[in-house]
Amino acid sequence: MAYTKRIDGRKFDETREMKAEVGVIPNADGSAMFSFGDTVAIAAVYGPKPLHPQHLQNPQKGIVRCVYDMLSFSVTQRKKPGPSRRSQEISKVTEWALSPIIKIGEFPNTVVDVHIMITQANASTRCAGINAACIALAQAGISMSEMVSAVSIGKIDDRIVVDLIKEEEDYEEGEGATDIPMAFLSRSGKISLLQLDGKTSPEKLKEAIEAGEKACKMIHELQVSALKKINDKDKTGN
Amino acid sequence: MEVSNLTKKRIINYMKEGRRFDNRAMLDYRDISIELGVSKNAEGSARIKIGNTDVIAGVKLETGEPYTDHPDAGTLITTVEFLPMSSDRFEPGPPRIDAIETARIVDRGIRESGFIDFGKLCVKKGEKVWTIFLDIYSINDAGNLIDAACLAAVCALKDAVFPKYNEKEEVIEYGEWTTKKLPLTDSTPITMTFHKIDDTLLLDPIREEEDASEARLSIAVSGDKEIRINSIQKGEETALDKKEMFKIIDNAVVKFSKIKDLIEKSMSEKEKSDKRGRKPEKE
Repeated sequence: MAYTKRIDGRKFDETREMKAEVGVIPNADGSAMFSFGDTVAIAAVYGPKPLHPQHLQNPQKGIVRCVYDMLSFSVTQRKKPGPSRRSQEISKVTEWALSPIIKIGEFPNTVVDVHIMITQANASTRCAGINAACIALAQAGISMSEMVSAVSIGKIDDRIVVDLIKEEEDYEEGEGATDIPMAFLSRSGKISLLQLDGKTSPEKLKEAIEAGEKACKMIHELQVSALKKINDKDKTGN
Repeated sequence: MEVSNLTKKRIINYMKEGRRFDNRAMLDYRDISIELGVSKNAEGSARIKIGNTDVIAGVKLETGEPYTDHPDAGTLITTVEFLPMSSDRFEPGPPRIDAIETARIVDRGIRESGFIDFGKLCVKKGEKVWTIFLDIYSINDAGNLIDAACLAAVCALKDAVFPKYNEKEEVIEYGEWTTKKLPLTDSTPITMTFHKIDDTLLLDPIREEEDASEARLSIAVSGDKEIRINSIQKGEETALDKKEMFKIIDNAVVKFSKIKDLIEKSMSEKEKSDKRGRKPEKE
């Protein structure tokens, strides 16, 4: 049977309810929460600050360092605390997704630390993490050329759907499920993250990228409006 | 200790006048807020804020072999991670001694108070028992992580329910829950950490006060009518005299009932308004 109706009743091009909040971690220079439905990510940014150990410093420019992880109880089957191969890979691709927008060339020998933690997981955690991190970077006042927004596009059987949930990822009928997380830069429209797990035709992949671009525009608007809220707060002094 | 000598001197001068940076009395806590069911996939979870200090604790249950010396008792494994995101003084990597010590203080308070009835966590004597994984994470460190971690741990345990257990195949069906709560007793342990700065005793230090602290004493208290002290940990290099010890013990008893009332009130309100929307059990 073809995938004609989504498990949670959403339209094929509809994301789950999204929320964004700025300044959730008072100690950090910038912080934010971003959620797609039951997937909740928080991010904190510290820096730019001198990088230790010193041999990692780059005298030409500052660097971005990213750590993604999940709380042990954020998934149904407990995840052993501490970094895993999966979380290390996601940390790295998140770093690559964020790097093109961060302009810290004028801050040699420094580091901007981005910490992402998933507090509740139901698929698309890396995308929620990137969205939160981008807002946190903006709040921290890191100079950025544009913003980045990420979304997970799926191909369930032969249908392109936006923002997968766990049950869709596990869909096995027909052509099964293909998960394609991607990130778009807000101004240049460039792609800074693209991963794919599953199988798809070149045409469908192109369709997925188009769908991702559309969804990322909406996510970008939400990120901006969350940041504006805190700016308004600052103005009224609350 | 990472606070500057100037700040430390200032804190001490304030103490001499009986004042604190945030105008609290020496033995007052900042506002405590308790949120339950903050992470849906956990068997139980809680987020505690004491002022700006923010901690999340979660409970996951698994089945496993019992220890050979307690063939019919369940087990508890407590971990604490001080996340680098919660403060610029924490770095990624394996837990350092401060996080390990905090985990052990949390664990001992819960274990020694008899808060968990481990005998009721036995599935099959000598073969299979429930293991409680209690994991605690700091989200924002604004001082007094020890007390916040202990409080979050207790609330997460109170919030927890058993996952569905398939008795035929002897496996847990994760993602589905029963309505059965953990076997907990009435002796809720509350841990309070007293600090000594100059000649003053204080509770619930902010980050700067914690840095300036010369000695600390964590004391876990439980009980209803009869109050019991279940565990103590003295930290930092300065010694305390007998008079100070007695003063701490007396104050711990007074504070205990106040905090316990606060938890119970907040727990009953939270339980009524629990909107976690967990998936109901499948028949």
